[in-house]
Amino acid sequence: MIAAITYPFLQEYWWLIISLLGALLVFLMFVQGGQSLIYTIGKTETERTMLVNTLGRKWEFTFTTLVTFGGAFFASFPLFYATSFGGAYWVWIAILFSFILQAVSYEYRTKPANLLGSKTYEIFLIINGLMGTILIGTAVGTFFNGAQFSLNEYNQVTWQTSWRGLEAVLNLHNVALGLSVFFLARVLALLYFLNSIDDEAIVARSKKQIWYNALPFLVFFLYFIGRLLTMKGYSYNPDSMVVSVEKFKYFHNLIEMPAVLVLFLAGVVLVLWGICSDLFRKAGRGIWFSGLGTVMAVFSLFLLAGYNNTCYYPSAFEMQSSLNIRNSSSSEFTLRVMSYVSLLIPFVVAYIWYAWKSINNKKIDQSEMENESHTY
Amino acid sequence: MFESIDLSLVNWSRAQFALTAMYHWLFVPLTLGTTFIIAFMETIYVKTGNPEWKKMTKFWMTLFGINFAIGVATGLILEFEFGTNWSNYSWFVGDIFGAPLAIEGIMAFFMESTFIAVMFFGWNKVSPKFHLWSTWLVAIGSNLSALWILVANGWMQFPTGTHFNPDTARNEMTSFWEVLFSPVAMNKFLHTITSGFVLSSIFVIGVSAWFLLRKRETLLAKKSILVAAIFGIVSSVALMLTGDGSAKQVAKAQPMKLAAMEGLNHGKEGTGLILWGFLSSDKVDPDNEKLREFSMKIEVPKVLSFMAFSDWNAFVPGINDLLSGNKERGILSAQEKIDRGKIAIEKLTAYKEAKKAGNDSLTAELKDVLTRTDFQEQYFKYLGYGHIKDSNFLIPNVAVTFYSFHLMVMLGFLFMLIFILALWWVLKGSLEKQKWFLWVSLLTIPLAYLATELGWMVAEFGRQPWVIQDLMPTTTAVSKISTSSVQVTFCLFAVIFTTLLIAEVGIMVKQIKIGPKE
Repeated sequence: MIAAITYPFLQEYWWLIISLLGALLVFLMFVQGGQSLIYTIGKTETERTMLVNTLGRKWEFTFTTLVTFGGAFFASFPLFYATSFGGAYWVWIAILFSFILQAVSYEYRTKPANLLGSKTYEIFLIINGLMGTILIGTAVGTFFNGAQFSLNEYNQVTWQTSWRGLEAVLNLHNVALGLSVFFLARVLALLYFLNSIDDEAIVARSKKQIWYNALPFLVFFLYFIGRLLTMKGYSYNPDSMVVSVEKFKYFHNLIEMPAVLVLFLAGVVLVLWGICSDLFRKAGRGIWFSGLGTVMAVFSLFLLAGYNNTCYYPSAFEMQSSLNIRNSSSSEFTLRVMSYVSLLIPFVVAYIWYAWKSINNKKIDQSEMENESHTY
Repeated sequence: MFESIDLSLVNWSRAQFALTAMYHWLFVPLTLGTTFIIAFMETIYVKTGNPEWKKMTKFWMTLFGINFAIGVATGLILEFEFGTNWSNYSWFVGDIFGAPLAIEGIMAFFMESTFIAVMFFGWNKVSPKFHLWSTWLVAIGSNLSALWILVANGWMQFPTGTHFNPDTARNEMTSFWEVLFSPVAMNKFLHTITSGFVLSSIFVIGVSAWFLLRKRETLLAKKSILVAAIFGIVSSVALMLTGDGSAKQVAKAQPMKLAAMEGLNHGKEGTGLILWGFLSSDKVDPDNEKLREFSMKIEVPKVLSFMAFSDWNAFVPGINDLLSGNKERGILSAQEKIDRGKIAIEKLTAYKEAKKAGNDSLTAELKDVLTRTDFQEQYFKYLGYGHIKDSNFLIPNVAVTFYSFHLMVMLGFLFMLIFILALWWVLKGSLEKQKWFLWVSLLTIPLAYLATELGWMVAEFGRQPWVIQDLMPTTTAVSKISTSSVQVTFCLFAVIFTTLLIAEVGIMVKQIKIGPKE
């Protein structure tokens, strides 16, 4: 079947996979959101330990999804990898730095002789919670607002500012997406706490905090979407590959791809339904609605960025250097080979689901923290 | 074609990548091997129901977990540094290199990260069989992840299964199976993972020896030594066989590296293998003042010829043969390769200019030349040489490569001896009495780390100046960023990695002192 598929279809298929991985990554960043809430929700050492252990059993999923997102981008759209990572150096280094801190903090936090003390590792988790979400969201904002780069005839990048990517934080629209991701990650974390922890105080505080985080999320998200649908974008002619400016590009994309519109609207409704479900009905199931909604909404935003002849990484310096799924992808042969490998994804999702259910079959409580042989 | 960039930027970028890779490789080998040792122990526990084996499994699992986290952290940085610091390289080979990296994520990392949660937290939540499966899947997943990254590294040492596309100005994959089953990649994979198994076995034996010296946990220590010694012997045999395979591949694909590994300035038939030697600080080679001669060496006649080409009298080229050429042996001189590389670059530049100018007939003519098999074989094959200004730049650091290689091999034999003696005495039941041996075993732990780092130094120093053998020198692969930016991030990473290493060692030592929990 894959052997008969055309090159353009393969490019679109791989953008779909990248979009799905990006969407799953944003959902799984509830771990980061939760890390930023350790001291807000956990008032005692035991409560903080329960929170850290709840998140700690999932941190590797987020981490692995980030690694796979990077690897899949490298493999399917290597020109983006070379351009963005080699150009926006400081943004990516800052993101990576925060993830180094995260990776060790769970395991080292409560271990004796850990050199820096458990408080330091908790602060590391908070740093990752803040930087990881805001900076990744801001970096994804450049998929719409572009970056200052140019490419030569050998596809080598020259970054046109000495800020090396940090200039992205000067764009309010990028930052609005960063803050939307941050507050959404916190909301998802709170819903996850309600789903996974059996402790009255934590449940009460989590419910209260949902209000404080859902409202700013809505404000930043609505601003981001409002601006997105009214802004210009770069489109390319698929025959000549010439890039041109198109007013209301993303609005047009939404209208011209009704399936994406439905996906986006359904995703937003599900996110809100999950929040309301835990606030006004029985707490605990909201994470599944909001989680699914997050995946759907973010997935549709990635599709808006890359489909319908849109440049997904516009160059604000030299329009014709902008990247799209046609000019930045791997060869047909490589995409085809990887498409065979991608057939494993449903199998991977199935075993992740099974293992997740096996570990989460009972809520975490204080007695488990006292009796469990391996705790963070 | 590619602009050669400021050497200090290249050197700092190399230093940063080397720093990350060497820290990463401090943690990964233990992960690769201990997962299997833990899986063996848990299998015996599930089969026998003996709680001592469960206690043992959980103890080594705790040490594994501490080590695993920091390996993951450094691994993430390595993956993204291909983009941040080597962006020209990322585009030039992304079509080949990216695929194994993506497959690694989909096939291996998810397996590892999913089942590691079950392995640590599933003891009371899933059935013993499912738990055992999870432990085995962590072992398989972690070693599978090594497969894909080493396939990518193997391709850099021996590019195969690809062609150059002048339109995209990059290498593109033509055969996935050639890339995956390249003999260089396969040997590299097997040699690397078995070195991890050996290190892990030394680690388990060393820590267990400490328990025996302290007269603590003697049953756990002896059983652990039994498992690790058997695993170590099997792994050492595989390590030697794959090492031999690697030498043969290096002789074919990277003759300059082999010459540097042996400090061989002048090639000859029936070349001897140097067991050990010292490079003189003042005696220079009469044909090249950049090369030094040996002040002392112990050599076994003809063995290198046999190891490299399975023929006691085969000709092994030396560094001077590879620089000056040897018509009789069919070896092109470095200058000839440089000239051919320059022609390849000129044609490509002319093609790009013709295309830009809209000169369709010239574009078609040049494209025909560039894609012709004979042009690819005779000129494009030496593309990277077109950027080399001085042929001496093609000589890797001989001293580092030579000493690293010989020290690594000697340590490999020491480890084998330790495994055999440990097994012998543990089976005889007299291991506790061999105090000196227990101390040697304990003190060998850092040597195992040294040996595995030396292995990477041989591989990576020995292939300089190439990031991709013959096609791309490091000078053209680097991202165009300011040197000061890389200096700052180098210092940041150095501080954070070193701090976390100290923390890790502290935690590990403390956990060993605490010992297994009931």
